[in-house]
Amino acid sequence: MTEMNLVQAINSGLRDALQQDDNVLVMGEDIGQLGGVFRVTQGLQEEFGADRVLDTPLSETGILGTAIGMALHGLRPVSEIQFADFIYPGFDQLVNEAAKYRHRSGGEFHVPMVVRTPYGGGIRGGQYHSQSPEALFIHTPGLKVVCPSNPYDAKGLLIEAIRDEDPVVFFEPKRVYRAVKMDVPDAPYTVPLGEAKVVRPGEQVTCVAWGAMLYEAFTAAEEVAKQGVDVEVIDLRTLWPLDVEAVVASVEKTGRVVIVHEAPRTCGFGSELVALIAERAFLHLEAPPIRVTGWDTPFPLTHEHEYLPLAHRIAPALLETARY
Amino acid sequence: MHVIRDDGSLDPKLDPGLSIDQVVALYKAMARTRVIDDRLERIQRQGRIAFHVGSLGEEAAIIGAAAALRDRDWIVPCYREVGALLWRGYPLQQYIDHMYGNAGDPLRGRQMPDHTVSREHRYLSVSAPIGTQIPHAVGIAMAAKKRGLDECAAVFFGDGATSSNDFHAAMNFAGVYEVPVLFLCRNNGYAISLPAERQTATRTMAEKAAAYGVPAARIDGNDVLAVWRAVREGVQRAADGDGPTFIELMTYRLGGHSTSDDPRVYRSQEETESWQKADPLLRLRKHIEQRDVWNDELDVDWRAVCDAEVKECVRRAEEKPAPALADVFTDVYAEQPWHLREQQAQCVDGPRASDEEDES
Repeated sequence: MTEMNLVQAINSGLRDALQQDDNVLVMGEDIGQLGGVFRVTQGLQEEFGADRVLDTPLSETGILGTAIGMALHGLRPVSEIQFADFIYPGFDQLVNEAAKYRHRSGGEFHVPMVVRTPYGGGIRGGQYHSQSPEALFIHTPGLKVVCPSNPYDAKGLLIEAIRDEDPVVFFEPKRVYRAVKMDVPDAPYTVPLGEAKVVRPGEQVTCVAWGAMLYEAFTAAEEVAKQGVDVEVIDLRTLWPLDVEAVVASVEKTGRVVIVHEAPRTCGFGSELVALIAERAFLHLEAPPIRVTGWDTPFPLTHEHEYLPLAHRIAPALLETARY
Repeated sequence: MHVIRDDGSLDPKLDPGLSIDQVVALYKAMARTRVIDDRLERIQRQGRIAFHVGSLGEEAAIIGAAAALRDRDWIVPCYREVGALLWRGYPLQQYIDHMYGNAGDPLRGRQMPDHTVSREHRYLSVSAPIGTQIPHAVGIAMAAKKRGLDECAAVFFGDGATSSNDFHAAMNFAGVYEVPVLFLCRNNGYAISLPAERQTATRTMAEKAAAYGVPAARIDGNDVLAVWRAVREGVQRAADGDGPTFIELMTYRLGGHSTSDDPRVYRSQEETESWQKADPLLRLRKHIEQRDVWNDELDVDWRAVCDAEVKECVRRAEEKPAPALADVFTDVYAEQPWHLREQQAQCVDGPRASDEEDES
């Protein structure tokens, strides 16, 4: 066990994967010699060489397109897209190629690749270093979408994602990259995809969150506890395929739900969660579900803390639904 | 560059030295592809299949290239290269079943006609968005190089694809990583309706390669031996560790872009007729006739054999049911997640648009 932050845990997961499987390679912009703009890949090129830790030319299309080719050949590329906001030039490669390859080839070829990318706001990054585009990928059949909130899960989910036979988009909450520390095993281990975790059991309101916003949900839950409202906080960890049973079981117990995400509200993942809850737990609901989310605007710089669904907006929503 | 001269003789300085049997095999494969195209176009016009995208006039560029590759080399197709797949021994029945999207289609009716794939033949999956396959070929070549395998990836694309984002990214990566990949640009004059000279301000497509440090050649894509020679040289460069090669194959699409196209709208009859004189089958046939290994009778017989084969495959394909409806829901992921299990049940057990029989 070593105390690690999120950056160190992901680095440790990458190192383990590189050590365990010769087919794994890591690629992206500035990830080799520099160790990545967030230093997530620090030291890996030195340890594993430039043919397994590739500094790539500056093209998301090139990174994702060649990663697909390598995966088709049987390698397991882990690409870094420097910011989730920059993923769109490679969007076609992800949604039309990686995601569909198994289906469209009748199962003859598949694309075991991972795309790591830091997402989310709160670092004074403005429109193009703050976005949370997870819903676009959840909406794409064939992709899996993961978003860890803490170092332990990050390492375990990453190793599991690299071993997975399907393409996985792995969103890393950069706002908490260095803010959260915990003991993480030095040896490789996995956290299964598709399993949510109840991080704070409660009886009265379910609060669903993931990534950086999990901490805000937790803070808000502690705050309203002082006012007698007992909140259950669920960390989804894998966004898709969703652990729908965990969410529904909690809502069946509490009858009330608040969903928190940074992405814009309309057609955000919260919309799908509300729909699933309505379909599966309608008769258990005691109050309308509430979504506390980013606004339907581009991500602002100066007022980013008013854009983000932080605890100061989550707590009133928890109280509102509890008292409905 | 011409290997087969206008009079049918070979340029001795450029002759790649194929045996006469090999040369006849090339001709037979090209003629077979043409017969298949012709038959598929007819049955599309009769409404029996949805669509066909043929290779009329481009058979030398496709089959010459396929023949020059080694079995272990990967073919990353655009969508007009089924001739290359058939050259590698892909069963015709399977191709025709695919054209019908029936229960015999290895793709289970999931893709439009002419979106073939075969792992066994190292032939990657066809994707309709233009140029997206080009970086895949570079990735395959990167993998081959990393694994120390003497393999290369040959990617086909048209003149239009040279405008795509993916083309430039792929060329750049190939140059930077010096990987064994062959960029085979079938310049057939048109990207659907847009003529190649309005696709780009450069005089040739080949000169674009210089910007990425990739050596390039520009050859007559209607001369199958010139194609064979240029592609084999590219394979040799790749095998020698000298990295990528770009080959512009100058050809002409004698037919429409697909069965959905009407080329009379954007090009003249005179232009097409002038290119008919440069038909790659005519050039090669002149040569083999000159060598006394081919004649009119053999030609008629061979085409009849091929046509009978296609017709029999069509007959069988039309007897096969649709693939199982449940197959829509498989192969999305390695293991079917809960939501697809649910949706499959809803779809299969729910109301149907048609009462046509399927495999299930």
